[in-house]
Amino acid sequence: MIRFDHVSKRYPGGHPALSDVSFDIAEGEMVFLTGHSGAGKSTLLKLIAAIERPNGGSVLVNGQNVGALKPAAIPYLRRNLGLIFQGQKLLFDRNVFDNVLLPLQICGFNHRESAQRVRAALDKVGLLNREKINPIALSGGEQQRLCIARAIVNRPSILLADEPTANLDAEYAGEIMNIFRAFHQVGSTLLISTHDESLIRQGDARTISLKHGELAA
Amino acid sequence: MSQFLSQLNGTLRRFFATPVSSLLNVLVIGIALSLPTGLYVLLQNAQGIIERFAAAPQLSVFLTLDTKADEVAQLRKRLEQHSAIASVEFVSRAQALEQLKQGSGLGDVIGGLEHNPLPDTFIVHPKTGSVQALEALRDELKSWRRLERVQLDSDWARRLEALLDFARTALLLLAALLALSLVAITFNTIRLQILTRRDEIEVAKLIGASSSFIRRPFLQFGLLQGLLGGLAAWGIIATALILLNLSLADLARLYDSSFILNQLSPADGCTLLAFSAFLGWLGAWMSVTQHLRKIEPR
Ligand SMILES: Nc1ncnc2c1ncn2[C@@H]1O[C@H](COP(=O)(O)OP(=O)(O)OP(=O)(O)O)[C@@H](O)[C@H]1O
Ligand SMILES: [Mg+2]
Repeated sequence: MIRFDHVSKRYPGGHPALSDVSFDIAEGEMVFLTGHSGAGKSTLLKLIAAIERPNGGSVLVNGQNVGALKPAAIPYLRRNLGLIFQGQKLLFDRNVFDNVLLPLQICGFNHRESAQRVRAALDKVGLLNREKINPIALSGGEQQRLCIARAIVNRPSILLADEPTANLDAEYAGEIMNIFRAFHQVGSTLLISTHDESLIRQGDARTISLKHGELAA
Repeated sequence: MSQFLSQLNGTLRRFFATPVSSLLNVLVIGIALSLPTGLYVLLQNAQGIIERFAAAPQLSVFLTLDTKADEVAQLRKRLEQHSAIASVEFVSRAQALEQLKQGSGLGDVIGGLEHNPLPDTFIVHPKTGSVQALEALRDELKSWRRLERVQLDSDWARRLEALLDFARTALLLLAALLALSLVAITFNTIRLQILTRRDEIEVAKLIGASSSFIRRPFLQFGLLQGLLGGLAAWGIIATALILLNLSLADLARLYDSSFILNQLSPADGCTLLAFSAFLGWLGAWMSVTQHLRKIEPR
């Protein structure tokens, strides 16, 4: 489903953020991405979503070489991905419901089906009774869950989450991990970066570790 | 289609969410457009006047003094059957002398003349008013026998037409200049909108919005603003003409005439709307093309 083949990435004027990274993630797998701060976790996820392009090697998603996509094809790649990224933006000019509605508007769903899906997504993250309020009135953990609802509402086959539990206390973090596990159970592919090793239950899932931009054994 | 409509709905809501600044923009565009539109209306009216007076011109055809009555009748028939001539009036020598006596107040002087110096005259009303057609007709009639002189009084019409031509060129320049300003106004409005909606655009790109989806609301906004600006210009011109006609009515009473300025025709009005909507769209398109590229998720 996701394949990295000798991928390297260097930002302009910096040392390599990733070098010679190769791995495979099969359909329906849940994989954790770990590593110290600056190890290249975010960079790796951005390559999958075509937010950054590799300098060497190839990134394949569903057999498609993401690094070589034309700009016009990128939206269609991203519609298959649910992205939960660091410093992700919620829109504070609209309420919780409309924030989650946005991906469906983009795909052109009709009103009735959209409303159903939005409520289902909000229900999964436990925000169903907050749909009318402005996200600015949500706590940090609730905002994070709202981001997850927005990422899963159009039922993407792949979910990428970059430190989804950063800055959350253990209870919230556990809740969010449970949401991901439920998502994994219905057959989605998940790649979740974290530097909080305590979240990873033993035998729960495979782990890919990065160290200074290289795969650590 | 339903996506288009729901985006349009959002665009309308955004337009009326800041009613004062939106309406001020529309007003600025309306005023800018009303200048060339007003000039155009005045030109149309002037053209109408010229056509009414100058383009129903007449040729005076003077016969030689020795023309006989049966020749006059023949000539009249020939003139009436000419394809370029609408109608013909005959003024005999005697009638002409009588008119001169009464009209000029020189009755005594004229009464003292030994014989009538005036020729028989045909007043010829041609079918078309164009200067070329008139001149062609004059040159043709000149070659007929028994016609002493053919006189065409089209100089003032020609001068006025030249003036109108000049005014039309000025109108084109003015229209081009103000069209440019409309595009610039829209360009800037949309630039500010893109800046304030930066987050939304970033999020939209991140969750897979196509570029046409992202551009559409801005293009709709530019088109809407241009359209309403055109409508404002039409309204301004219509109101101005009504006010002008009110004072013209007073003036016309003094001069015993009934002259009013015509309004912009519906067809011209619709052209104005289409034009202003297009310019608004164009300004938005340029702005979107210039500014959206710089916003990428990171
Ligand atoms: N936009 C950028 N421009 C230049 N260098 C960058 C950029 N983004 C990341 N880097 C560099 O690339 C390296 C990897 O960064 P990355 O954000 O992938 O790390 P990370 O593992 O996500 O760290 P953290 O756990 O702190 O989020 C770092 O050395 C960082 O300084
Ligand atoms: Mg990171």
